[in-house]
Amino acid sequence: MKGTLSPRRDLLQVVIFLLAVGMVAAFAKSGVVLNFTMMALYGCLMAQSWNLLGGYGGQFSFGHALFFGTGAYVQAIAQLQWGLNPWIALPLAVGIAAAVGLFVGALSFRYGLKGSYFALVTLAFAEVFRILALSVPFTGAGVGLMVPLREGAANMQFADRRGYVLLVLGLVGMGLLLTTWLRHSRFGAWLQAVRDNEDAARAIGVNAFRVKLGAIGLSGALMGAAGAFYVQVFQYIDPGIAYGPHTSVEALVAAIVGGLGTLWGPILGAIVLHLLADLTRNLFGALPGINMIIYGVVLILIVMFSPRGLLGIGQSVRRLWKRESGRE
Amino acid sequence: MFAFGILFPAILNGLTTGAVYALVALGLTLIYGVLHIINFAHGAALMMALYGVYFLKQALGLDPYLALLPMVAVMFVGGYALQRLVINRASHGKDENILLVTLGLSIVLENVALLAFKSDTRTIETPYTLATVTVGPAMIAVPKLVAFGGALLAAAALIAIVRFTDLGRAIRAVAREKQGARLVGIDVDHVYAMSFGIGLATLGAAACFLLPAYYVNPQVGNGFVLVAFTIVVLGGMGSFAGALVGGLLIGVVESLGGLWFGESLGQVGIFLLFIAVLLFRPQGLFGAKA
Repeated sequence: MKGTLSPRRDLLQVVIFLLAVGMVAAFAKSGVVLNFTMMALYGCLMAQSWNLLGGYGGQFSFGHALFFGTGAYVQAIAQLQWGLNPWIALPLAVGIAAAVGLFVGALSFRYGLKGSYFALVTLAFAEVFRILALSVPFTGAGVGLMVPLREGAANMQFADRRGYVLLVLGLVGMGLLLTTWLRHSRFGAWLQAVRDNEDAARAIGVNAFRVKLGAIGLSGALMGAAGAFYVQVFQYIDPGIAYGPHTSVEALVAAIVGGLGTLWGPILGAIVLHLLADLTRNLFGALPGINMIIYGVVLILIVMFSPRGLLGIGQSVRRLWKRESGRE
Repeated sequence: MFAFGILFPAILNGLTTGAVYALVALGLTLIYGVLHIINFAHGAALMMALYGVYFLKQALGLDPYLALLPMVAVMFVGGYALQRLVINRASHGKDENILLVTLGLSIVLENVALLAFKSDTRTIETPYTLATVTVGPAMIAVPKLVAFGGALLAAAALIAIVRFTDLGRAIRAVAREKQGARLVGIDVDHVYAMSFGIGLATLGAAACFLLPAYYVNPQVGNGFVLVAFTIVVLGGMGSFAGALVGGLLIGVVESLGGLWFGESLGQVGIFLLFIAVLLFRPQGLFGAKA
């Protein structure tokens, strides 16, 4: 998959995926299915964001909640305090989340932070923002912010779950196009070169600093969109939801479990993990903890038996199948 | 605000809190600072150790300080087995996989505790729980004073192990050059597992010193994870003395930050200090090289 130079196949797959999920959204009658689709797509969006920076850029962030929370707070504050329409707030949320990404990236890449140091600095920034959000007045401190209910497509609040599904599907579609662009553009080639060997990339004239900066900006933008989407769906945000480690973990786990540096890995990872979480919750919901124990064990098993992610299994199977059929 | 009568107790209080942080961070210094295993399960392991001390006290009436020996032994064996059987096997030597596996472990441990012990916060009663010593204008709780001594002892023990034993030599060799260590006949997997075991054994000791003045619930470890990583980096990767000083410093920063900016904002100081150290002095205060 990595070797394909023509973007046509990727684009075709993206179109098929969007149409298929769009059909589900249009024809599904069950609220459970719609709700699952919405939450799984929302997980996809976060995993895609993490994959841009972690998968294609090789920079592992533990603090993606930083961008998520910023997007969420901007989306809420823009409506509550600046009186903006949510459709105008959304690009603002995305832009400011990207700006926070650029700021953190500029600081940490300028000083050459790599590997676990970069991971820890992002985690620390998320914590700083969480504590600040708890302390300053315009975030509503510990009480959080509540966006009033004003149903209507013009207010990005849909009476029908379908509206939200289409909204998040559109965002995921943008993420897919962004990833496809990254896979076939010069910028993406630079980014992957920096990931594979930064010194070598620099030696052939790649500006590693600027390339990584671009990646964290794009990643922050997508994560900010996820945060804004969260606020529109749940109409509430507080410092723990916004900047707590939970969203950072969800984004990185789905991306790594699915398969890093691939177009479909984050999508597959997010869907499988959401299925798993829903299944265990329904089976063992009465016993607190059991569903999360199973989630944790499966996570370890996936890593143990498929070090290249779920997509890695698919690729090995396909290769095996090709070899078998070639023999006949 | 700068009066001695207020500052002195705050600093003393920060130092004793810092000693607890240092105790928790010392084990991580070996695991993360020397062997570069990003152990997200560190907080969950501490939580399990605290439950161990709690039940030894409640079921067998064993004093937490007498539980030191069995706790260190059990945590060591558990850590050795965990690294050898789960983390090493699942990680395939890739950093991102180690991260996922320890994350998975922490989720499992935390929820096993939730399932088995419910989410109640538990404390123990000892004859010395409420005892205090007066130092000038300040009062210190006796358990905190003991924890301070425990941190010094644990740091000394770890330094002695790494510096003067054959195992310590092997650990340093593996940390510097894994391939080379293997070539001269060091069992690298064994050394990793021993280090992980010693790291968790330190947590066993930390739990014994911590519980008389603290509490335990399934989430208790979470608050320590980022602070412990902060201390390891602040002190300098792999420096035990650094972790000790770093822990004390963090405790004082938190205490003074709380005094000046209020309880919730006080913690910001820790993380701002951490970010500043990462950016401007990534080798840490005591780190030998960048």
